[in-house]
Amino acid sequence: MRMRILEISVGAFILAGILALVGLALNVSGLNVSNTEGAYTVYARFENIGGLTPRAKVTMSGVAIGEVTEVILDRDELVARVAMNIHSDVDFLSTDSSASILTAGLLGEQYIGITVGAEEEYLQNGDFIEDTQSALVLEELIGKFLFNEVSE
Amino acid sequence: MDQLALLGRKGLDKLAAFGRAGMILFQSLVAKPQPLVMFPLFVKQIYFIGVLSLIIIVVSGLFIGMVLGLQGYTILVDYGSEQAVGQMVALSLVRELAPVVTALLFAGRAGSALTAEIGLMKATEQLSSLEMIGVDPLRRIIAPRFWAGFICLPILSAIFAIVGVYGGSIVSIDWLGIYDGSFWANMQNSVNFYDDVLNGLIKAVVFGFVVTWIAVFQGYDCIPTSEGISQATTKTVVYSSLAVLGLDFILTAVMFGEL
Repeated sequence: MRMRILEISVGAFILAGILALVGLALNVSGLNVSNTEGAYTVYARFENIGGLTPRAKVTMSGVAIGEVTEVILDRDELVARVAMNIHSDVDFLSTDSSASILTAGLLGEQYIGITVGAEEEYLQNGDFIEDTQSALVLEELIGKFLFNEVSE
Repeated sequence: MDQLALLGRKGLDKLAAFGRAGMILFQSLVAKPQPLVMFPLFVKQIYFIGVLSLIIIVVSGLFIGMVLGLQGYTILVDYGSEQAVGQMVALSLVRELAPVVTALLFAGRAGSALTAEIGLMKATEQLSSLEMIGVDPLRRIIAPRFWAGFICLPILSAIFAIVGVYGGSIVSIDWLGIYDGSFWANMQNSVNFYDDVLNGLIKAVVFGFVVTWIAVFQGYDCIPTSEGISQATTKTVVYSSLAVLGLDFILTAVMFGEL
């Protein structure tokens, strides 16, 4: 009996080690299986997404209402297409809402800010947000500024 | 002149000890496998070395993760990039702290116990009795302990890392109020499974090998008196800590550095 308890605890120990490794793989290094329950997806096309990555947050007036699930290049329009999961209790985004890519702090991560419009109809699963504003890329700004200085 | 001779003798003694350590390693590991006899002994040693070290590893992992979260937050919040705290906690744990701190704790918790146990077996002549009845003490006593230490340290290190990451997330998400999406997103974007997690694991494997080797050798090679055992135990902890820290630098330079 003593040997049996010992074997069981050793088995549990090795199992815990394997689970820890799986946890490191999935949770920490991001081989992620995300769950999308209780959320609906809307899309937006951006000219330039800057440093936006999947799992970045989607906010409205600074309150997190969802997260970015996918960033891909749209083959037809040749711009970036971003898929966002919005919590299902936020079902009052009008169809003329606008999405812009913002930066948290000076060097912080980038996220999407949504501003609602005046339309009566609401965004459904799979809809596109038409009115978008790209990320501010610091180098482009500096470039424009320098160009203006020279041309003056 | 006497001083010089003394120095030379000391040096030769150390060299001979190295040689004996290598011979013990070779003789205990390279032999005909006897799985039926060895496996129960091996499982028992995993229990004593690994399972019983679990509590100290989990508790220290939790607290180190929490401290990292707290320290990282207070520094990063000045630059308005406190979301990067997840990245900082995970990278420092997975790459450095989990293997190194686990190995140091392991040397103190399990290595010293191994040395004392084997040393006492030698002092009470259990090892010679085994030899008398025709059982090789290296195969019967040393080999299962060695393999158990070798297997246990990577497992403990992985557990340490995951517990530490969750400790850091408790502090930064639940107490300091960092948005959990960006905490995990930043972490997952910066931690690479092969470069970071597997390299950390390789470090733990190397440390497990070295620490157990030192512990087993010091026990087997000790002077069989109570004083000799106490010296051997001290040596185990000191030598394995030094070896872990020194090897850590070399491994880091090879894996992550540009040297």
